[in-house]
Amino acid sequence: MKAIANFFRQIKHYPSAVAGLIIIAFMVILAIYAVIAIPYSEAVRLWRGGEDVWKETPRNARPAWFNLFYKEKQSVTQIMRSTENPEVKTVVDLGNGVKTNDFVFEFDYPYDGFPTELAIFFTSTFKSARPNASVKWITPDGREIPMQDLTLRPSETYNISQDTRLTRRLGGATPHVGLFADPNNPNKVLKGTYKLVIEGLVFEEDANIEATFVVYGKLYGFAGTDHRRRDIGVALLWGAPVALSIGLVVAVGSSLATMVLAALAVWYGGWIDWIIRRINEVVMILPLLPILIMIGLFYSRNIWVIMGTTALLGIFGSGILSYRSMFLQVKTSGYIDAARAYGASNMRIIFKYLIPKVIPVLIPGFVTQIPSYVFLEATLAVLGLGDPSLPTWGKLLNDAYSRGALFNGQYYWVIEPAVLLILTGLGFAMVGFALDRIFNPRLRGL
Amino acid sequence: MLNVETAPDRAVRARSRTSESIMRILRYTLVRGVTLFITIIIGVYLAILIANMGGYVDEMRKSSLKEQIEQSLQNDEEYKLLSPAQKLQRVNEIYALREAELGLDQPFLVRSLKYLWNGLTLNFGQAEYLLSDSGSRQVRNILGERLGPTLLLMATGQLFLFFVGIFFALFLSRRYGSVLDRIVVALAPTSAAPSWFYGIFLILIFAALLGWLPFGGMIDAPPPQGTFAKVLSTLKHLILPVSSIVVSSIFLTAYYWRTFFLIYSSEDYVDMAKAKGLSGRQIERRYVLRPTLPTIITSFMMTLIGLWTGAIVLETVFNWPGIGRLTQQAVNLYDTPIIVGTTVIYAYLLALTVFALDIIYALVDPRVKLGGGGTGK
Repeated sequence: MKAIANFFRQIKHYPSAVAGLIIIAFMVILAIYAVIAIPYSEAVRLWRGGEDVWKETPRNARPAWFNLFYKEKQSVTQIMRSTENPEVKTVVDLGNGVKTNDFVFEFDYPYDGFPTELAIFFTSTFKSARPNASVKWITPDGREIPMQDLTLRPSETYNISQDTRLTRRLGGATPHVGLFADPNNPNKVLKGTYKLVIEGLVFEEDANIEATFVVYGKLYGFAGTDHRRRDIGVALLWGAPVALSIGLVVAVGSSLATMVLAALAVWYGGWIDWIIRRINEVVMILPLLPILIMIGLFYSRNIWVIMGTTALLGIFGSGILSYRSMFLQVKTSGYIDAARAYGASNMRIIFKYLIPKVIPVLIPGFVTQIPSYVFLEATLAVLGLGDPSLPTWGKLLNDAYSRGALFNGQYYWVIEPAVLLILTGLGFAMVGFALDRIFNPRLRGL
Repeated sequence: MLNVETAPDRAVRARSRTSESIMRILRYTLVRGVTLFITIIIGVYLAILIANMGGYVDEMRKSSLKEQIEQSLQNDEEYKLLSPAQKLQRVNEIYALREAELGLDQPFLVRSLKYLWNGLTLNFGQAEYLLSDSGSRQVRNILGERLGPTLLLMATGQLFLFFVGIFFALFLSRRYGSVLDRIVVALAPTSAAPSWFYGIFLILIFAALLGWLPFGGMIDAPPPQGTFAKVLSTLKHLILPVSSIVVSSIFLTAYYWRTFFLIYSSEDYVDMAKAKGLSGRQIERRYVLRPTLPTIITSFMMTLIGLWTGAIVLETVFNWPGIGRLTQQAVNLYDTPIIVGTTVIYAYLLALTVFALDIIYALVDPRVKLGGGGTGK
């Protein structure tokens, strides 16, 4: 307890460390929120579900907050579901099992730009008699435009934008433009409250219609969408727990193992020491990334298999030499001789006397290592070797890169994951650097 | 290694000091070279073991063998007249013969040693999908074609980083505690991100937004006429990737090296030199830079190993036609021989980098020249 209080008192003197701690706290909160708000199975469904899951979002939409910077406000995607807002639906029993299922979707359209697409998704339940629906449009100035009469299948999509009859009726304008245009100035949007009215009829006792009306815009959500209509926000959120857990687990695991191994090597010396040093020399020239690529391609893309290999190679990396030289110094201390003199066992000396002495160096060491593992995951993902099931920041970058996002001006797609990556990296690195100075007073003056 | 570490024979050293130190440097270099070569052998063997644990190297060789046989039979008039079943039987007969001939039916230990030899001599057979620009399917040719651009990019980047780092660090150590110095210390954590990451930002700023520099590639398409124009175009394409390398490591490098300089500046002999009235520049060169160089080179080695790891994605991001981009293409096409080949090439490149720095280390570290503990980095 006292040690923790002392730590915070010391770290106050390093503004960058305080900033780093704030960033880490933010990332941890983001990660916890992600896991609670979108459980793992839901995240996987949203990210890999297929067209059915993504059809309600626009393709390559920018984040909605971009409107803050636009003079001409662009359309933000609006999704209206009758299942979520039962008040839009009215049911009247007409007798003989015939019932109306009427929907009135009323929405504000305050934007300067036209939407990009309009669609209604019906889901109906019935036994044999297919329900009917007739759709009409009511503009803010009170014009009523009949659109289409449909006979519904269990799952029916009315793609308003591709309705050629409606296009003809609108005088050749594509529906998502024609329906929103100001009659006096067809190039301008008529702002105001629009209504989409669906008059449905079901012919059976238990039959029912539900409808979802989507006004696809140029903008969507807080993060935008990608080329497959997926909400980038899901991957942004879920990237946080993945990155943090990878960074922490691999860094802690590999530094602890390195330290124990170095302690054993120094204590026992002789051939153990010799072998560890030779392994270190080989590992130094082993190209880490190509080896991970081979493992990813030939065995498993599971992120933990790949990170496990990284940790294994990391154990014998350059860290082991610095621990070794530290242990060599500690080994000659008087208290170690004392321990030996009273007959302490080897294990007792190693784990109770040698290792605790070096722990202060271990902590800044692994904190500074965390970013490199976070970025390693991103590196692998950019090469197309990301874990297939998880949405991560690296995979967003990979998608964006392979779709030429920078070339096409879809900067948000690259910048959002990149900013989160560098924030995480900087947070841990800044804290690590400060810890290094606190625990290694030799550096404090420099 | 033991030879170098033996206590120096002072009498001999006094007689012919120069030739003695040249001999020591040579011996040190030789010992390091041999050690590194043994390390490479082990490294390549490990890489082959990893690749072959799922039997991929075997598969690769067997499929290329089958293809060869089928191809050579294409021109055989007699073969063309056979029925499909007979054709298959004929291929299998020849295949069994060739398999025995090539030793594919031998135990794994023997085979893996053969692969090791092939790996060390960069003999990986034929690529499955990728072709070299000249149309060859030999992995060795494809790798050879891509090696030049990679060396150009990485060598330029590493040299820039080294010299910019040295001058920047010296500059900072002179202005220790200044605003600039504190800014660099504060920016040191930015080196947590790899070079390709900064590459994305540089592309965003200088190619996409400003349009000053190309998005990627090594030369304009179509290539300009004349050697001078070609060199100029390549230089233009080099700016962004080299800057990514430098930006990604410069702050941490400058921070570390400046700290080394400061540590060595606080030695008594530096105060002594000051007392003698030597100029600041002379002190810096003789008494600060000189003794710090071995430490700097050791630290630079760590940076370079990290840089090589990032090189694959850096080349991918910049569409640079080097080994890294080749690796990425091979990953997408699942071209096993190329992937194994690039792994081995990277092992060689890493070892060569370490070796080059070892030689420089031997040249600048007086302990190597005079004997006594030069190898104990």
